[in-house]
Amino acid sequence: MMELFNILEVGISVLLIFFALAAVLSKKLLTGIVFLSVLSMAAVAAFALLSAPDVAVTEAVIGSGLVTFIFVASIRGLRKAGDGS
Amino acid sequence: MKKVFTAALVILFGVVLLFGLSKSIDIAGYGDGLIPGKAADAYINKNVTSGTGEIIFGETKNAETGSANMVTSVIANYRSFDTLGEVTVLFLAAVGVSLIMGKNSKEGKMKKSGFILRTSAGIIFPVMLITGIYIFTHGHLTPGGGFPGGSMIASSFLLLYLADENFKLKITGFKVAEGLAGTLYVMVGAVGLIIGGYFLINFLPTGVVGDLFSAGIIPVIYVLIGLKVGSEITGIVRDMHKEEVSV
Repeated sequence: MMELFNILEVGISVLLIFFALAAVLSKKLLTGIVFLSVLSMAAVAAFALLSAPDVAVTEAVIGSGLVTFIFVASIRGLRKAGDGS
Repeated sequence: MKKVFTAALVILFGVVLLFGLSKSIDIAGYGDGLIPGKAADAYINKNVTSGTGEIIFGETKNAETGSANMVTSVIANYRSFDTLGEVTVLFLAAVGVSLIMGKNSKEGKMKKSGFILRTSAGIIFPVMLITGIYIFTHGHLTPGGGFPGGSMIASSFLLLYLADENFKLKITGFKVAEGLAGTLYVMVGAVGLIIGGYFLINFLPTGVVGDLFSAGIIPVIYVLIGLKVGSEITGIVRDMHKEEVSV
């Protein structure tokens, strides 16, 4: 049982690094934001595995929901002002 | 160059995380840490002011806080004054957003949303709303509490905004709920000051650990926080969305 948990934890950490790299290295800002949202979902799984359910719930709602909306809204605002690309 | 640096930083952080999780560094595993004698021990066994002994779920009566969720007992009971400050910070942020973005700009129209989003929003919205309310009413029993619950309510309204281009929120009820919840939070604290001699003291009976009606003023405070946070973040979402669609 412990073995399975360890494999899960390592797998999720690799996923975390992968999505973080994808968010940093993506060419378009919008793609980066989507990857950040996915990264938050992976972080939720990590928090739940590390027995921090309170943090997991908050991260699921704020990290992958509201923050994504705020980023997308600000990108669209930038585009409207003519500075975004 | 900047991208290489950030990528290296991400990988470094990830390697540290990996080694931390795979327990090759000396971090105690779950349940192996030595808690007795540390400060957390007093919070877990709820004997910060007087000895209560070991807490048994569903049996222990009239414990110091009576909240089964230990995080909640710290946030809404032991450190409730900090939470009052936290709520104030969020309120100031919401006021700032509405000051900057709540101007009467020209109303624009959003593009019509996709078929899947439009049909599924009607199904998901009530579920999200009820889950949010559940999270903050059961904050003293299950993970979560006023802040995530309120945010979940706000994101359910965000879903409506995204799904329906004609959706308009009547904000009056939210304003009333927000102001009333904030005032009542301070009032509950003041009542504690009168009865118990301390601001925000837990003056109600705490009941059996694990019951819905237990933990004294903790559920009351968490419901108030949930309503306040929910209406504030809904206001922020509304302002930002209005700004986004304005021409």
